[in-house]
Amino acid sequence: MAKKIRVLIAKPGLDGHDRGAKVVAKAFMEAGMEVIYTGIRKTPEQIAHIALQEDVDVVGLSSLSGGHNTLFVDVARWLAKVGKKDVLLLGGGIVPEEDVLYLKQNGFAEIFAPGTDTKTIAEYIISRVYPKLGNE
Amino acid sequence: MGTKDPQKPPQEAIKPLCGPKDFSYQEKLGEPGEYPFTRGVWPTMYRSKLWTMRQYAGFGTAEESNQRYKYLLSQGQTGLSVAFDLPTQLGYDSDHPLARGEVGKVGVAISTLADMEALFADIPLDKVSTSMTINAPAAVLLAFYLAVGEKQGIAKAQLTGTIQNDILKEYIARGTYIFPPKPSLRLITDVFAYCTQEVPQWNTISISGYHIREAGSTAAQEVAFTLADGITYVEAALNVGLEIDSFAPRLSFFFNAHNDLFAEAAKFRAARRLWAKIMKERFKARSPKSQMLRFHTQTAGSALTAQQPENNVARVTLQALAAVLGGTQSLHTNSKDEALGLPTEESVRTALRTQQIIAYESGGTNAVDPLGGSYYVEHLTDTIEAAAQNYLNIIDKMGGTIAAIEGGYIQQEIQKSAYQYQKDIESEQRVVVGVNRFQAQENTKLTILKVSEEAERHQLARLNKVRRERDAQKVQKILATLEEKARTHENLMPLFLEASHQYVSLGEICGVLRKIFGEYQEKVVL
Repeated sequence: MAKKIRVLIAKPGLDGHDRGAKVVAKAFMEAGMEVIYTGIRKTPEQIAHIALQEDVDVVGLSSLSGGHNTLFVDVARWLAKVGKKDVLLLGGGIVPEEDVLYLKQNGFAEIFAPGTDTKTIAEYIISRVYPKLGNE
Repeated sequence: MGTKDPQKPPQEAIKPLCGPKDFSYQEKLGEPGEYPFTRGVWPTMYRSKLWTMRQYAGFGTAEESNQRYKYLLSQGQTGLSVAFDLPTQLGYDSDHPLARGEVGKVGVAISTLADMEALFADIPLDKVSTSMTINAPAAVLLAFYLAVGEKQGIAKAQLTGTIQNDILKEYIARGTYIFPPKPSLRLITDVFAYCTQEVPQWNTISISGYHIREAGSTAAQEVAFTLADGITYVEAALNVGLEIDSFAPRLSFFFNAHNDLFAEAAKFRAARRLWAKIMKERFKARSPKSQMLRFHTQTAGSALTAQQPENNVARVTLQALAAVLGGTQSLHTNSKDEALGLPTEESVRTALRTQQIIAYESGGTNAVDPLGGSYYVEHLTDTIEAAAQNYLNIIDKMGGTIAAIEGGYIQQEIQKSAYQYQKDIESEQRVVVGVNRFQAQENTKLTILKVSEEAERHQLARLNKVRRERDAQKVQKILATLEEKARTHENLMPLFLEASHQYVSLGEICGVLRKIFGEYQEKVVL
């Protein structure tokens, strides 16, 4: 039997807009992944610890407050600090193009803009994580 | 009354053709300006006075926001609407560790009266009405505003404006809650009681469906959950001994204007009729002003697309027209670039011009309730009202709105709708132009406004200066008094005002309240 992909969906910082995070979480569940959703207002440190404890393959961050350059990168740093390696780091929200470049230079594999089809994101995750899990 | 499956989409219940047998004029409509206010809250509506054009704005430092307000006023805007940053909305000063990266991002940072003074510099508060999107610490920010007024020499009785002050929808949809429901409702009723006496022209709350809709609800859910919140506030005020007709005239509402032109116009009419009935029949309000649902509208941010953003101007026009046809009292039109970032001055101007074109060129303001009597729109109004009433019955059976929130029911109903909406887009049941149909290879590049990192440094410097220069002993004394009084039932507003004048910070005040009241824990439901 194929091993399931484990995903952490997290909301770093003070932003309360969770519609996108929840919709994406549900869509990943329907796509057969195991999903942990943190709820809103988590610190980067908390998120990194949850990622480690839950042994996830993917961390997906959502923020619509404009604080992503600070908060997303802090999550990447904390993941390294707590020793959570080999995790696919993704982001979503209102992220201007130049910030996407910055985040990609700082550990993020991809940033998904508003309007992205959830199936596109799920397929992306499967293509990146499935081979690592030893699945066909 | 029986309860039907509330998730059934209203569209299925909509008749393709409606006729004169479908409604009764006297019972369902009545004259505008009269109960049940279906046709509008004033007899002549926009023939005598246009809606207030009020663009929500604020970013970076108080000085930058002050410049944007003056620009908007110079362009014919008629009221101000203040956006606060997230630390302010959560009662943290700009130098709090959790504020890092968020200072000045989604609004202006306000930690002390000094920031508020800079925000309204050279804007005489007796000449503008100001709306402030602030909830958990609304009472404190209102006190800051009153203090600025006092410093400008303006009597509190002359001040006009609104504080959002609606905590329930924060638990449901928006997320900027601090305290648990009970002490939060106490702060809200403190504001009701204080303003009834001292600031009689102030709208003490803006009961908001906007964010509920943005979180993914349907139109009927937006009406239902907003009015359910409203019922809870009225009950809280009655419970502390306020008389219904003393505070109810100052309750105001805030709705979303989404894409479906006729259904949205009908939604506003349905909300007015349902609220009038609730106030008259359930709460025995006698004053027509208590029965009137007055509301602000903002066009739907979630309907904006990052793809081909110039198309958003057309969407915003239709949404704004729905608000006007539905009889709004004030309106914010979104800018085309808001799915990408904060709007630039140029895009905000186009958004404001959209309102002005509707007001002065479209002819939509020539008659009161121009859609009234349309068989279709009356049918939609009835359908939305019935669906909302059904939800209110369910919530009553659950023991009220707070029980329904704490059990996660309201959040779950909204999430189901949000997920369905997304699935409908992905299956192309719902067409979003430029997103799932009619895509372009290359999207237009827009200039985006970015908040400078300098803003955070500037803000922190001012806060440090204030902390150095104020009377530290007086500050400590006020905070000690606050700790004492927060444990009683005494109205805290006078103390907040005194604290403002002594430059006690928002974070210090909320820190004491956090200690006494505790903090709300989200019930995470998926």
